[in-house]
Amino acid sequence: MSAKFTRRGVLQRAGIIGCSLAASPLVTPVAFAQAPWDMRLVVIILRGGMDGLDVVRPVGDPAFAALRPGMDLSDGIDLDGYFALHPALRDLMPLWQAGELGFMHAVSTPYRDKRSHFDGQDMLEAGTEVLDSGVRDGWLNRMLQQVPGLEAETAYAIGTTEVRVLDGEAPVANWTPEAKLGLSPQALRLAELVMERDPALHAALAEAQMLSDAGLEGPRRGGAHLQIAQFAAARLRGASRVAAFSLGGWDTHRVQRRTLPRSLRALSQTLLGLRDGLGAEIWDKTAVLAMTEFGRTAAVNGTGGTDHGTGGAMLFAGGALRGGQVLGQWPGVAEAALYDRRDLMPTADVRAPAAWVMRAATGLDQATLERMIFPGLDMGRDPGIVL
Amino acid sequence: MSFDPTFAERRFGYGLSPVVAPVASVTAMLDGVAGQDTMRARYPLPPYRHLREQLVRNRRFRQYARENPDTEEGKAAEQKVKALRREMRLDRLAWFGHSMLRRINTPAAFHERLAAFWADHFTTIGKAGLTVGAPPLYVEEAVRPFIAGRFSDLLISAVTHPLMLHYLDQNISAGENSPAAQRPGRKRGLNENLAREVLELHTLGVEGPYDQADVRAFANLLTGLGGTRDFGFRFRKNMVEPGSKTVLGVTYPHTGTIEPIHRALKDLAVHPATARHLARKLAVHFVSDAPPDALVDHVASAYLSSGGELMATYEALLDHSAAWQPEAVNIRPPLEFISTALRSLAVPDATFAALRPRDLNTLFLKPLRVMGFEYQRPGGPDGWPEEDDAWVTPQGVAARLEWAVNAPVRLLSELPDPRDYVVKALGEVVPPELDFAVGAAENRAVAIGLVLASPAMQRR
Repeated sequence: MSAKFTRRGVLQRAGIIGCSLAASPLVTPVAFAQAPWDMRLVVIILRGGMDGLDVVRPVGDPAFAALRPGMDLSDGIDLDGYFALHPALRDLMPLWQAGELGFMHAVSTPYRDKRSHFDGQDMLEAGTEVLDSGVRDGWLNRMLQQVPGLEAETAYAIGTTEVRVLDGEAPVANWTPEAKLGLSPQALRLAELVMERDPALHAALAEAQMLSDAGLEGPRRGGAHLQIAQFAAARLRGASRVAAFSLGGWDTHRVQRRTLPRSLRALSQTLLGLRDGLGAEIWDKTAVLAMTEFGRTAAVNGTGGTDHGTGGAMLFAGGALRGGQVLGQWPGVAEAALYDRRDLMPTADVRAPAAWVMRAATGLDQATLERMIFPGLDMGRDPGIVL
Repeated sequence: MSFDPTFAERRFGYGLSPVVAPVASVTAMLDGVAGQDTMRARYPLPPYRHLREQLVRNRRFRQYARENPDTEEGKAAEQKVKALRREMRLDRLAWFGHSMLRRINTPAAFHERLAAFWADHFTTIGKAGLTVGAPPLYVEEAVRPFIAGRFSDLLISAVTHPLMLHYLDQNISAGENSPAAQRPGRKRGLNENLAREVLELHTLGVEGPYDQADVRAFANLLTGLGGTRDFGFRFRKNMVEPGSKTVLGVTYPHTGTIEPIHRALKDLAVHPATARHLARKLAVHFVSDAPPDALVDHVASAYLSSGGELMATYEALLDHSAAWQPEAVNIRPPLEFISTALRSLAVPDATFAALRPRDLNTLFLKPLRVMGFEYQRPGGPDGWPEEDDAWVTPQGVAARLEWAVNAPVRLLSELPDPRDYVVKALGEVVPPELDFAVGAAENRAVAIGLVLASPAMQRR
């Protein structure tokens, strides 16, 4: 029997496998006509609790400076005369000026009081009203569940950090650029051969090879976040419509002036990488939402950082959204206006702007969004986030 | 098909080892579970108390450093905090090594697989800062010693452990009419999290005959199970909801003690829905995502008629012919896949002793993450998925192949001869395409990687 497997035979076989790749059950042919909508939705989960008050600084609020002694607030970039942008996001100013970058301030999930990352992220991604709701899927997946006949290719969860916002019954594709296959072509041919009798493993390997080569033209550069942005852009240029991934490093308990800029630069590079990778035409149809599990304390702590808080800021970007504005109802940071006299008071549910963006992207009606996607949400008045 | 040593190691263990003889009979498999826990003695883990002491030390040193800034003593305390963090990183590494060495060296692999099964059934996650590494110590103390006894004892032990109480928010749950909730200015109330998960995941199953009123009543019944600030156990009388509680038609009178909680858990343990839920879970885990009803019924009835004796339950699983169906369909989840690879390579104790914390990350935790498995961080209290689809993804399969080719060379001083290795690892007729691939591979590392990535190693 083993005589059948000569080197030459294997190489010929490899050709056959290559041709049959498109018929693999895991590989969905790229076809625009099958896509249920055209808008691209990217959700970035900022894990650790981003300090919205340092990223979009309310320098016009007379109570603000006193909360942050020892933090240099003079280097912010003026946005609208009231809020100033953290200087580490300087590279995003052209987007702001083009109306392709905006913020919504004083938002939060319905999560309150315990201020645990773990619970906070669970609630942010489950999109629920209460913590122990028994809901195990994520709100982006529930959105996909509303659209029958979706292909896995429509939505990508990217990166090695689990993206629970896309978890659930609807088919979703997963990939991380870190899984790029580094084996020699000969070793890969042999691996295909070894898995040939197992259709599921074989198909997964075939798609891995395709994904491993796709979307990463040119030299790989930058950190994992840039590769994720490049990969997401490549998929969204094709048949994919939804991508979700996480960025970490926001839990700035100490020396925030050193720790926060690092994470902000990664976020900035990620957004610019997405824009460049998507190209002007697709970027015009793109909505990026960057959300975090909670904000941080209004006052600086004893170690030059901030602790877990409540209200925070959401960042949004993309040509499909109405940037150039800081949305939201500003509650003020005078002590009496704070939540528990310590955190920025949330004045809006962060799920609401996400629901409005989804409504625009997919045409889902308000009742479905308020009951199925975000149970218990009142979407309220249109915040004007979508163009 | 019935018992076969090679197949028994494949389906019910971590595959074959070149140095440990395969198990000889079903009786030997069961004896390995019921007998002395030799692996625990050889590769010990400290008691849970160890972690609690570390947390206390951490809290005290930090407090001291905060209160005495800019003093010699304050700086010394800060150094002690740093040293403690390093100690905890080393602990984490050592515990991972010991858990792998048990799987590599055990003659009773079914026992290790069962320990992993029940650890997942009673999933906990250390969700508060330094408790992140706590689950292995919880498993060692609250799960592993009970897996050969009655399920009710295992249930009580796991559900009332401080880590579980913290993970599922029981420690903050106070009956609405309890003294703790009545105190002015205190926002305390009932939390249903643990009650719901015990019914849905640990006992009856989501299809079980309970409703929201049962969840609520059971949550009221569980009030009082609490913790100390350093993650110890404490029964808090002032959080107990007064009055009797009726769960699934059984009324438990108010005593102000833990006794009615134990009684309710014992009642749940022998409920027919629990028997069915556990039987099905065992069959799914060990046999197939869609196990035959006859097998599930057989295991469930052994469980019920024995009053929830786990040994009788395992025996029923192993004496049913469907458990030995020769087609290996289940995919090994990532950590089990890696464990199987390490066992087949007989990775020595010395390798783990020489690892440094960053090796743990590059050799194991990061590849596991790409395979879809965040070590000690499953998505929720339902643990890791059993469905093969969750693991057979392009990313997962690519990561397994990459690890299989790249990791062994860093774990062994010398790789074995692949032609010899493939026979010892599979112990059966080597599939011809694998036999060919091993001979055609460009080097030893690739050849061994191909064996590890082959369906015969990945499925059981």
